Amino acid sequence: MEQQLRETAKKLLTEKTVDVVIGYGRVESGQIGAIFVSNPDEVERLVWNQECRQNLVVYLTRKEVQKLGKAAIVVKGCDAKAIVVLANESQIKRDELVVIGMICNGIIEESQRTNGNPWADSNDSSNKLPIYEKCETCVEHQPKNVDIVIGDPAAANPDTLSKAERDQKGKYAKLAKLKAMTQEERFAYWKKEFSRCVKCYACRQNCPLCYCNQCVVDKNRPIRIDTSATLKGNFAWNILRAFHLAGRCVGCGACSSACPAGIDLDLLNLSLSIAAEDNFNFVSGKELGTAPLIGTFSENDREDFIR
Amino acid sequence: MSTENRADVEFEPKVVAFVCNWCTYLGADLAGTNRLEYPANIRIIRLPCTGRIDFNLIIKAFEVGADAVLISGCHPGDCHYTAGNFHARRRWILFRELLDTLGIDTKRIHFSWISAAEGAKFQKFVTEIVEKTKKLGPYSEYKEILA
Repeated sequence: MEQQLRETAKKLLTEKTVDVVIGYGRVESGQIGAIFVSNPDEVERLVWNQECRQNLVVYLTRKEVQKLGKAAIVVKGCDAKAIVVLANESQIKRDELVVIGMICNGIIEESQRTNGNPWADSNDSSNKLPIYEKCETCVEHQPKNVDIVIGDPAAANPDTLSKAERDQKGKYAKLAKLKAMTQEERFAYWKKEFSRCVKCYACRQNCPLCYCNQCVVDKNRPIRIDTSATLKGNFAWNILRAFHLAGRCVGCGACSSACPAGIDLDLLNLSLSIAAEDNFNFVSGKELGTAPLIGTFSENDREDFIR
Repeated sequence: MSTENRADVEFEPKVVAFVCNWCTYLGADLAGTNRLEYPANIRIIRLPCTGRIDFNLIIKAFEVGADAVLISGCHPGDCHYTAGNFHARRRWILFRELLDTLGIDTKRIHFSWISAAEGAKFQKFVTEIVEKTKKLGPYSEYKEILA
């Protein structure tokens, strides 16, 4: 797969279809990070394995990356959905972008990795190391809405998962457990979690859909969100972050994987995604050309809570 | 002098009401001109439209010590800006879900449609909310995180 990816990248660059390939590579720390390849002779730097956690779509809206010219981007199935949302929200021009989708059967959890030892090819089914919780309920092993698919579709895990089955696994099970608690218990849980938040905003920086030029939290006239890392400010910030992604979040999990405090931020987004699905039958990032959920309305939206 | 923590004084909740300029605010006005009495616990904040009621305002209200929040605007189809309340309604459906997941007391956030002709409804609604909030007591859970 890695070789196939490099060949594809080389072809795209030599034929001048694109100016830059945004992909995964080994960065100075020895970890896998984003690299930007403009020279066709440097495609060997591109890497694909089960450590490729980051959602590279976040770079598409960055001005310094846009200056590199027409881009091709390496994405997993979950990341590909973020491109769909960006295109639907008119943040990028989908036809000016080449999307290289990788067949992915799950990313290995950070704690399970051995240092500097690249994992086997993602399609190697003998690799049974624990994958991320969010990968357990993945239905995007085969990326959709992409231009080029790398890897053998036959080797991908099935993309069918019944609702009942899904709710037993990964983040969905975690959320169900949280929802089963009383309201006071839930508040206590988040109080404990948010007490660790240091307001580094890594969740925002890593989110492909948090693309505002200036975030509300950075505006100081008036101050809407208390910027101090106290519980008051942390609640306000995390509510803001989660709700600005309501009906938009694609569940790539970049926020919680970036969180240095290890807060399950994506549980908040997941609850909103489930609500969007239950109430409006809306799944974010599913298809190109759909209008954003919030920004449209139906006269038949439920109002049993309004008097 | 603060009477908030004194046992001999009956708890008087602070209720913040975010209302739209065109319907509920006028409904409240009508309640006033009709001399309909309602509890003085309510602090009305007038906004152009329910669509303008940013969810941050609701959080902000709790941050400054509200015990309950009331949000009210035009009935569906009556919006001065055609569809502001429809947009707001969709947002609230999701926002209530988020608050529920976070364990924030959704019993303290009240939504309603009150038109400019419904002064009596405004009076009844406000009275009910204040009664309910008195029973619930101060929102000490949220106040704890404000320290």
